[in-house]
Order: sequence, then C-alpha cells, then structure tokens
Amino acid sequence: MEGIAAQSWQAFVVCISAVFTQNVLLSYFLGMCSFLAVSRQVKAAMGLGAAVTFVMVSTCLLNWIIYYHVLVPMGLEYFRLIIFIIVIAAFVQFVEMVIERYSPVLYQTLGIFLPLITVNCAILGAGLFMLIRQYSFIVTIGYSLGSGLGWWLAILAMAGIRQKLAVSRIPAGLQGPGIALLIAGMMALGFIGFTGVLAG
Amino acid sequence: MWGIVISVAAVSGMGAALALLLVIAERYIANYGECEITINESTDDRKVTVQGGQPLLGALVGQKMFIPSACGGRGTCGLCKLKVKEGAGPVLPTEEPLLSTDERDSGVRLSCQVKVRNDLKIEIPSELFSIREYKATCARIRDLTHDMKEFRFELVDPAKIDYVPGQYIQLLTPVYKDNEETYRAYSISSDPADRSAIELVIRYVPDGICTTWCFKYLKEGDEVRFNGPYGEFRLAKNVVPSVFIAGGSGIAPMKCLLHQMKNEHSGKEVTFYFGANTTKDLALVDEMDRFTKDLSSFKFVPVVARPEPDSGWKGDTGLVTEALARDLKDASGMEAYLCGSPGMIEASIKVLKSKGMPQEKIYYDKFA
Repeated sequence: MEGIAAQSWQAFVVCISAVFTQNVLLSYFLGMCSFLAVSRQVKAAMGLGAAVTFVMVSTCLLNWIIYYHVLVPMGLEYFRLIIFIIVIAAFVQFVEMVIERYSPVLYQTLGIFLPLITVNCAILGAGLFMLIRQYSFIVTIGYSLGSGLGWWLAILAMAGIRQKLAVSRIPAGLQGPGIALLIAGMMALGFIGFTGVLAG
Repeated sequence: MWGIVISVAAVSGMGAALALLLVIAERYIANYGECEITINESTDDRKVTVQGGQPLLGALVGQKMFIPSACGGRGTCGLCKLKVKEGAGPVLPTEEPLLSTDERDSGVRLSCQVKVRNDLKIEIPSELFSIREYKATCARIRDLTHDMKEFRFELVDPAKIDYVPGQYIQLLTPVYKDNEETYRAYSISSDPADRSAIELVIRYVPDGICTTWCFKYLKEGDEVRFNGPYGEFRLAKNVVPSVFIAGGSGIAPMKCLLHQMKNEHSGKEVTFYFGANTTKDLALVDEMDRFTKDLSSFKFVPVVARPEPDSGWKGDTGLVTEALARDLKDASGMEAYLCGSPGMIEASIKVLKSKGMPQEKIYYDKFA
C-alpha cells in the first residue's frame, strides 16, 4: 500500500473531484428524489445536506471496514449490497433519533425526508464506487466527504435558485418538479465546465 | 454446504448486531424517561407524571384530562391550544399557521404538536377538570332528512350527565375500516332534564370519517364512547328578545336551548330562522311546531333557499340572511344565537351588526 502521504494527497484530489468534476448528483444523477423535494427552501436544504453528508461519510467508512475486514476474509463479497443497505438503514434510524432529541425543529422541517435518506441512491452509490475504484481507507474518507459536500452544494444551489424562482411566472405545466429538473440539467451542464480541472 | 450456513449466519449476525445497537441507542437517546407536568401552578397546582416522548395532548388525555380536539392530533383544528409556561421548546413549523402573534408571545401552543421531553408547566381552563369519558348504548337512530339522522345514546357509565344546554360532546369514532380512532364534536340536542341520555343530530359528510361510521356502521344496540361536556355556547339568563339562526345540523343546540326554555317556563321572546336548501332538508319541523305551542313567545321561521316547484312551499324563500334582513328592523336591544357553517355565521353577523346588534350579544360556537 502506498505511504500515508501519498494516500492523503490522493484523498484530497478525490475529494475535490467528487465535489466538482464528478459530482454525485449533477454528473452521476444519483440522489435526485430528495434533491427535488427538499430544495425549495435554503433552511431545509442546509439541514438535509448536512444530514446526508454525515450519513454518507459515516456509512462509507463503516461499510469499508465491514467489507474489507468481515466480508472479504469470509469470502462473502457478494453480500455487499444487502449488508451495505442494512448498515445504511440502521445508521439513518440512529441519526433520526439523535435529530429528534436535539433539534425537534429540524426534525419537523425534514419530516418524511429523514428516513428517506436510507433509499437515497447517492449513499449506496458512493459506497459501491469506493469498492469499484478500490479506494483505501484514507482515500475513502476524502471520497465520501467530497460526495457528501458535492450533494450538499448542489441542493443548496438549487434551493437558492428555487427560492428566487418563487416570485417568477412559470408556465403551469412546468411548475414544481418540471422546472427543477430543467434547472438541474442546466447546473449539470455548468459543472461539465469543471472537466479538465484535475488532469490525470 | 458449509458456505451457505456460514453466509446466512454471517448476514444474520450482522443484522442482529445492528438491531442490538439500535435498541441500545433508543434506550439512551430516544428515551425521555418520566416527566412531571405541573398544571395551573398558581390555582390548582396539580402535578401528574407521564411517560416522556409522547405528544402533550396524548399525555393529558391519558391522565383523563380531556383537552378538546377535532382533528385527532394532526395539527389542523386548533382546538387543543393551551398555555405552556415552561419546558415546551421552540415553536414547531406545524404549529405556526394556527397561532397568532399574541398567542405565541403568551406561550400558547398546540398540545398535539408539543412533545413531552422534560418537566412542563402548563395552564388549562378549570372546566376541563369536570370533563368525563362516557360509555353509552346507541338506543335509537331516527331519519330526519335524506342526509341527517338523530342518534339517541343512553348512558351506561357514568349513568348520568350534567351539562349546560348548548354544550357539545366529542364522539369517539372507533377503527371500522382503515381509519384511525378519532374524535368529532357534536352539540347535544336532547332535553337536558333527561340526564340519563343524550341525542345528537348528525349530517352525513361524504368521505367523512365519523359520519360514515355513524351512517353506515353504527347500529342500535352498539356501544359508543364520548367525552364532555365542552363549550361556552349557552342561553343568557335574561328575557331579552332573541333570534336563533341555524342551518342543517346546527338545529341541534337550538333544540336543546328550546327544551331548556320550556322546562324553565321562560318568557323569552325567540324567533328561530332555520335555513335549508330544499324542503327535503327541513328537519325536526314537528318538534318546532310543538315548541311553538308550548312556549309563550316562540316563532319558527324555516327559510328554504330553492324550494322544489312541486312542493307547494308557502314559507320564506332565499337565504336565512335575506329573511333576517327583511324581518329585523332595529336589533340594538336583542341577542342572537348562531350555529351553522362558517360562511352562514359570517354573513349573519354582518346582517345583525348592520341592524344595530352589538358584537357582544352575538353568541356562536366556533367549531364548524
């Protein structure tokens, strides 16, 4: 395995790329569902973005440990999908309990979208990407953090745009998810401009 | 073969370990322990201990303190408002639409949305302490019109009920299909001298949880439960000439007030304007005719909005408010008692005020 210094540098590069050039939401279009639903207000988007980032980092690291230290030694790699989902579900339950206890206002604002983080495919997606690309533990830290922050950035930007859109006249057929998807597409186009920032 | 056993054991083991972690987390994070609620510290100073983690409304109802609620905890009716002096936490987004700025400043909260997480100090009106839960048997269901029925509930436990005519009860709708248990408010329409039973007039609302149960599932002989009595709507103790204004099932509390007047031999001059859409919607006409004979100065004025051409209707037509405007000259020395839809109440208040009636003399129950 490469030295810690080399891994940390790779972690940093992967983190930046996960936020901009390979944004889990705008480049891979994962995690669209809650993105479209909670991006109406900046306050709610902040809360959900933070929750998703926290869950993503924690579950990616947990899943890395479980995969390389439990599943691989026992030859059970093919169970990774089931185990990853179970871990994500349990962790989200835990986060829900903590949020309800320490911030009832945030809990009420997020409402149903908190347990829906479980089926946010960005979280499972990040976990599977880390396996496919064979990231080490340190690099996984950078990758999951970058993915979470990238998702957070995208939903925050969308919320800011939609809050301003609330006072514009949008054709009846496009209101709500219609215009949101169009904007998401335009944001994705914008983010393509970042390609080439990290050559190699 | 071993491979299958090991893999199943491994996955089950990991699932079990996670479940165990969650159970532990729930015990320490989601567990709020027992909380003490101090009620009316300055007057009654009652203290109750409840299990934390539940909504305040549920905790109080569990302690037999029946806070009124029509929406069953959904945060839409606003009837469960009470003052929380300490321990409530920040106002939740679900409460904001139903609380005015004054209410928010004085600590009024929706008890169905406030969760008990720690010790609380609250204030509730003292009348709520005399509210009971009643078990009764449905003794008789009588058709009044095509969509209104009269239900007679004979009390089982407690066997007698004391109420002020004009008050309402909260009828419990049990689970009968895939609904949740819920309470709905109905005014008592029976003779208050008969303390062993109550009668309600209920109008069918399509897809209504409670009215569907009453009309399609409830049978004579079934057990019913309700709590009460609630409400500030009552006859003022004087002989000031009055108008009663009601529409549809709003006739229920008026009938109760008329029973009271008959029992007390009241000489109060009352004109009752009852609005109906068609002649088929006129309910309890026979009872009203009897009251006209039994009371010295009671006049019943049914007003039909759109009488059918072949009904031979000779009485007043149009809206109740139009009949009111036609008949009333100077209402400054009169009182009014209203019961009906919010639209009818708003419109009637406008007419009454335009005829000189002061706002304080207009009485109505606020739930619709």
